[in-house]
Amino acid sequence: MTMMTGAEIVIRCLQEEKVEYVFGYPGGAVLHIYDALFKQDQVKHVLVRHEQAAVHAADGLARSSHKVGVALVTSGPGATNAVTGIATAYMDSIPVVVISGQVPNDYIGQDAFQECDTVGITRPCVKHNFLVNDVHKLAQTIKKAFYIANSGRPGPVVVDIPKDVTAAKCKFEYPETIQMRSYNPVVKGHLGQIKKAVHLLLEAKRPMIYTGGGVVLANGAEQLTRLTRRLGFPITNTLMGLGAYPATDRQFLGMPGMHGTVEANLAMQHCDVLLAIGARFDDRVIGNPDNFASLPRKIIHVDIDPSSISKRVKVDVPIVGNVPDVLEEMVRLLDAGNTGPDPETLAAWWQEIEGWRAKQCMKYVRKKSVIMPQYVIEKLYEVTGGKAIVTSDVGQHQMWAAQYYKFDEPRRWINSGGLGTMGVGLPYAMGAALQHPETQVVCVTGEGSIQMCIQELSTAKQFRLPIKIINLNNRYLGMVRQWQEMFYGSRYSESYMDSLPDFVKLAEAYGHVGIRVERPEDVEAALHKAFVDYKDDLVFIDFITDQKANVFPMVAAGKGLADMILTEDL
Amino acid sequence: MRHIISILLENEAGALSRVAGLFSARAYNIETLTVAPTEDVSLSRLTIVTSGTDAVIEQITKQLNKLIDVIKVVDLSEAAHIERELMLIKVRATGKDREELKRLADIFRGHIIDVTESTYVIELTASGAKLDSFIQAIDAGLILETVRTGVCGIGRGERILKV
Repeated sequence: MTMMTGAEIVIRCLQEEKVEYVFGYPGGAVLHIYDALFKQDQVKHVLVRHEQAAVHAADGLARSSHKVGVALVTSGPGATNAVTGIATAYMDSIPVVVISGQVPNDYIGQDAFQECDTVGITRPCVKHNFLVNDVHKLAQTIKKAFYIANSGRPGPVVVDIPKDVTAAKCKFEYPETIQMRSYNPVVKGHLGQIKKAVHLLLEAKRPMIYTGGGVVLANGAEQLTRLTRRLGFPITNTLMGLGAYPATDRQFLGMPGMHGTVEANLAMQHCDVLLAIGARFDDRVIGNPDNFASLPRKIIHVDIDPSSISKRVKVDVPIVGNVPDVLEEMVRLLDAGNTGPDPETLAAWWQEIEGWRAKQCMKYVRKKSVIMPQYVIEKLYEVTGGKAIVTSDVGQHQMWAAQYYKFDEPRRWINSGGLGTMGVGLPYAMGAALQHPETQVVCVTGEGSIQMCIQELSTAKQFRLPIKIINLNNRYLGMVRQWQEMFYGSRYSESYMDSLPDFVKLAEAYGHVGIRVERPEDVEAALHKAFVDYKDDLVFIDFITDQKANVFPMVAAGKGLADMILTEDL
Repeated sequence: MRHIISILLENEAGALSRVAGLFSARAYNIETLTVAPTEDVSLSRLTIVTSGTDAVIEQITKQLNKLIDVIKVVDLSEAAHIERELMLIKVRATGKDREELKRLADIFRGHIIDVTESTYVIELTASGAKLDSFIQAIDAGLILETVRTGVCGIGRGERILKV
C-alpha cells in the first residue's frame, strides 16, 4: 500500500464516495487539499464567490438528488461564512458534508491567523462534527461523515482538518462500512403500531393526511401516492413536502399553514384522524399549538426521528421508522385485509371539503396596468410545463411560487423552509443545474433576496449554468412590508429598497442576458424568450410587479389555523 | 419534577460540550452535572439533574439520544435508585463552635479532613437534599466556603446501565 498525504486522502475519499462536484473556495489552511484536487479530474471543483454559497449550492445539489452535497472551505472566515449555509441545511435536514481547513495542530488555541473554533461554532447547527487531529483517523472520519450525513434523519456534518494533517502521510484504507455503537438509526417501523394506525385510519370519519419534507428526503413519494390513492383521503404537503403528492391531483388540498389554502387548513383543523408523515408540526404549519390541540383528533405520526414526535403536539400513535417502508407496510396491511374506508362516510367529508375548496382562496385580482406576481408564477408554470426544478429565496415570492407552481414530482421545489435564509435561491439553482443538466432550473426570487448572494452570477457564468432567474421586483422587502401593513399601522420601517441596481445591466455586466418586463401583456413573451431563444444562457428577468400585492390566505403568527385572513377581508 | 438523567457517552473531546450545549440551546434546565470516565476509558458517564414537565423530560431524553456521541440515556428517577453527592465545606471553627461543629459532622456522618486553629474542612457524602439540610443546620455566619460535586446516581439491584 502506498503512502498518501492527508490532502490526497481527502480527495481519494471524495472519489470513493463518488462525489462529482465540490463547491468551495481556497485559502491558506486548505492549500494542500487544493493541490491534491488539482492533480486529478474525477472530482470537479466549483469555485463559488462566497463560502455561504458553497454550502447552499452543495445543499441544493443534495435536495435535488438524494446525494450528499460537499463543500470545501478554508479556516477562520471561510468556516464562519459557511455557517449560514450549514444552519440552513440543518434546519431542513439536508445531507451535506463540509470540509473545513484548520490552522495546524500546534497553532490551535494560539489565536493564529485565520483561526476560529469551527467545531465549537458549528456544533449547534450540525448533525455532527469532527476535528481530525491525526492523519491516521482521516479516511475513517470522512467515511463516518458521509454515513452520518445521509442516514437516519439526514443533516450536515463538518469535518475540520488542521493543515499539518493534510501534509502528514499514512497508508490509505477506506472502510467499506461503518459501525458505531453510539449511532444506530431506527429504520423499521413497529408492526403493532402500524396495525394500530391502519385500524384508526379505517375508523376515521374525517381523515386527513399531512406530509412534510421527510417524505421527499426519504424518497417516499411513490409509496405516499399509492397509500393516499388507496385510501381516497384528502392530503396536504407542507412547504418542504411539496411534490411528494401530485399537486394537480384532486385529493391534494394545497399547502397548509400560514399561507396555506382554506381547504387544507380547515381539513387539518377539523379532521378526526390526522396521519402526519415526515412532518414536524412547525409553527408556520399548525399556528398556535394550543389552538390546534383544542379540537379532539387522533394523531398518527410517522417519522425517522423520535424527537420530532410529540415535540409540539401530543401524538396518539407514534411510529418511528423509515417513511417508505412504513407506508409500504400500511398498503400491504390494507391489501391483505382487503379493506378500505367506508365510502359514504368519506363522501360526506369530501363534500364538506369541496365546500371549503369552492371559496377559491387563491383567486387574486389581475390588474391591467401592473404585473401581479402570482400571474408571473402561473405563466412560468405554463411555459415550463410544470417540469422545471424551481428554487426560491425567502419572502413573498417564495410563498407565491409554492402556491401557484403545481409540483407533481418530488425534488423539483427547493427552498429554505426551516431557517428561512434569504440568498439561497441562486446557489441552490447552481447545485441543481450541475446535477441535472437536462432539466430546466428556475430561481424565483425578489430584489431583496437576490442581492444577498448576487456575486454567484459570476460562478454561474464560469460554469455556463443556464439558470432562469425570475426576479419579482416590487421595490420592497415584500413580506416585511406585508407584516408592517397588517400589524404595524403601515409604518414601512426600512422595508423600502431604494437605490436598486439596474438588474438588466447587472446581469449583462456578469456576461448574462438581462430582460426587464413592466407590463402584464409582456410577461408570457419574455418567458418564452428566456426559455426558448436564450435556452442555453442564464437569463435574469426583472419583473416590475405590483407593490401592494400581499400573500393570502394568511394565518397571523400565534393564531389558530381556522383564523385565516383572505383577500376579500381587506 | 426533578429528574436524574444518566448518560453513557463516547469519551471524546467535545462530547461534554455537545450535551451542555443541547441544554442551553433548547432552554432546558441543569441543576447539577457531573462527568468522569468509567472503568472502560473509552466511555464517560455523565449525570444531569434537571427538572421539567413529563413532556420536557421526554424531549430531553430524545434529544440526548439524538446526539451522535451519546450511547445510552436513562432517567434514573423513573425507578429505584441511589443518589449521592460529595460536599467539602470550610467552616470557621473557634471557641465553643469547634465542639458543636464536630458533633454536627458526626450526626451527618461527615468527616473533618482538615483542621487549623480557626477552621475545619468537613467532607460529607449524601443525597443533595441531605447536604442542603447540613448547610441549614450550621450557623450561616460560620460557613467560609462550600464546594459540591453535583449528583451522581445508580440504579438499584439488577438495573444496570452498560453498553
